[in-house]
Amino acid sequence: MEDSAQHIATFSESLSIALPEIILAVGAMVLLILGVFRGDRSAGLIGSLSIALFIIAGFAIIQLPSERLMAFGGTFIVDSYARFLKILVLIGSSVAILMSVAFNEREKMNRFEFPILIVLAVLGMCMMLSANSLIALYMGLELQSLSLYVLAAMNRDSLRSTEAGLKYFVLGALSSGLLLYGSSLIYGFTGTTQFDVLGELLHEGDLSIGLIFGLVFLSAGLAFKISAVPFHMWTPDVYEGAPTPVTAFFAAAPKVAAMGLFVRVLITGFTGEDVTPQWQQIIITIALLSMVVGAFGAIGQTNIKRLMAYSSIGHMGYALVGLAAGSQEGVRGILIYLLIYFAMTLGMFACILSMKRRDGMVENIDELSGLSRNQPMMAFGLMVLLFSLAGIPPFAGFFAKFYVFMAAVKAELYLLAVLGVVTSVIGAFYYLRIVKIMYFDDPTESFDLPMRGEMQAVLTASGLFTGLYAVFSLPLIQLAGTAASSLFP
Amino acid sequence: MEIGLGHYLTVAAILFTLGMFGIFLNRKNVIVILMSIELMLLAVNINLVAFSAFLGDLVGQVFAMFVLTVAAAEAAVGLAILVVYFRNRGNIAVENINVMKG
Repeated sequence: MEDSAQHIATFSESLSIALPEIILAVGAMVLLILGVFRGDRSAGLIGSLSIALFIIAGFAIIQLPSERLMAFGGTFIVDSYARFLKILVLIGSSVAILMSVAFNEREKMNRFEFPILIVLAVLGMCMMLSANSLIALYMGLELQSLSLYVLAAMNRDSLRSTEAGLKYFVLGALSSGLLLYGSSLIYGFTGTTQFDVLGELLHEGDLSIGLIFGLVFLSAGLAFKISAVPFHMWTPDVYEGAPTPVTAFFAAAPKVAAMGLFVRVLITGFTGEDVTPQWQQIIITIALLSMVVGAFGAIGQTNIKRLMAYSSIGHMGYALVGLAAGSQEGVRGILIYLLIYFAMTLGMFACILSMKRRDGMVENIDELSGLSRNQPMMAFGLMVLLFSLAGIPPFAGFFAKFYVFMAAVKAELYLLAVLGVVTSVIGAFYYLRIVKIMYFDDPTESFDLPMRGEMQAVLTASGLFTGLYAVFSLPLIQLAGTAASSLFP
Repeated sequence: MEIGLGHYLTVAAILFTLGMFGIFLNRKNVIVILMSIELMLLAVNINLVAFSAFLGDLVGQVFAMFVLTVAAAEAAVGLAILVVYFRNRGNIAVENINVMKG
């Protein structure tokens, strides 16, 4: 590998490589000062400024040179893999802020801290995606998690929201503890914290039992963050209890970032003849369990946010199938899966955020009955998204599953691929049940009309993307292919 | 008897397990959970510093400093969430955190 012998960036070069993160960090502090001086009436202004900040950071990411850049003594890495996922995170967070404005005003929680916490969480996610050492990984993960705990409890006068925050905090802190213990063992038994150095060390073999322990703890901590079974118990409660725009944010960006981090750690740090089978077993198990729990857990749910929680558990299981394959094709499959999952989820939440009547938000699935007669356009958009979530061709969700299952078959993980298809058929039941409720049940009272402009825009964009994915999939596949290849030097 | 790396790792492992059991077996009070989390993080610090000393490598101690800082921030955020929860619920008994089933 001649890549590891590349020249070490000086401090000022390092700063320019980390420019997007620096923009986010400085921007968040400036916004915080602005908020302190102007109080809660500046919430709207700070929301728009945070979106502007995301756009600036996005441009800063795009204009970085396209080769693989290492900064700060090799602890921070920017490659096309990090760039791809960072852009995704920035888009998802901007959309989440956009969708939160109306809700926050109505629920009297339009405090200026809300967008700033999202900016800080995004900074943490960008750090996670660029982390190349266990220390950078931990700092990014904690910055993201601490912001998310507070966001979950953002509606501080609501018992549900604060309970969600408390549960998320306790279980999240436990998972950070597991992850750290694993990191300390990995450091102790190899003497390094950098992923690429670790990868070279382990390439030759030489496994100790302590290192395997460390790997197991590290995987458990990261599985918590992507809510893979058996570390999923916080997800339904947090999704249900947190304010809906916060749930929309949780379902999209942090999942993408944590999954991206998980893939990078395992692929660059722990690839070798002896060590790959060690984590492959773990990933196969949690992928299987997540797919099964995601499919069966959602069946009895009546609350649509809880249903989305089980749906996200299932989808993370499918994405993990690509990681279990451990090949470049598998990683490409994961990237496309994340992109499509992310578009579908944001569209779903645009609909959920539009489910309101005069007296407030409704979250029951039965409230959707007869939607096709009251609001045919929204019902149609929702139907496209549900078909796509269920994985029915020719919608995007089908292709997402197709790529990861193909990668699994090529890696000779036949059982995993077959069970994946079986569980996605079972999962289709509860998505299609919602379609049935919308189209064939007697209409209830209509939701407040008209649907807000930003929700319409998000729903339309996401519906078009999932519906017409097959038409313009080629450039996206190429993009994901380049991103995936940067993990395999 | 010479005190070696193994002894430090054993102490850390015992503390870590205690912390984990403190979270899962405790049915009374959320504050105890916060203390257990702190115990786990400190066990990790013992591990890191012991490894750092025995490897003759400073990175472990740098890591331990970061963990200490983050642990402080984590405790602050946790206590703040606990306070807003207490205002809504009126107590912080673990068995009462059950408005949402799960």
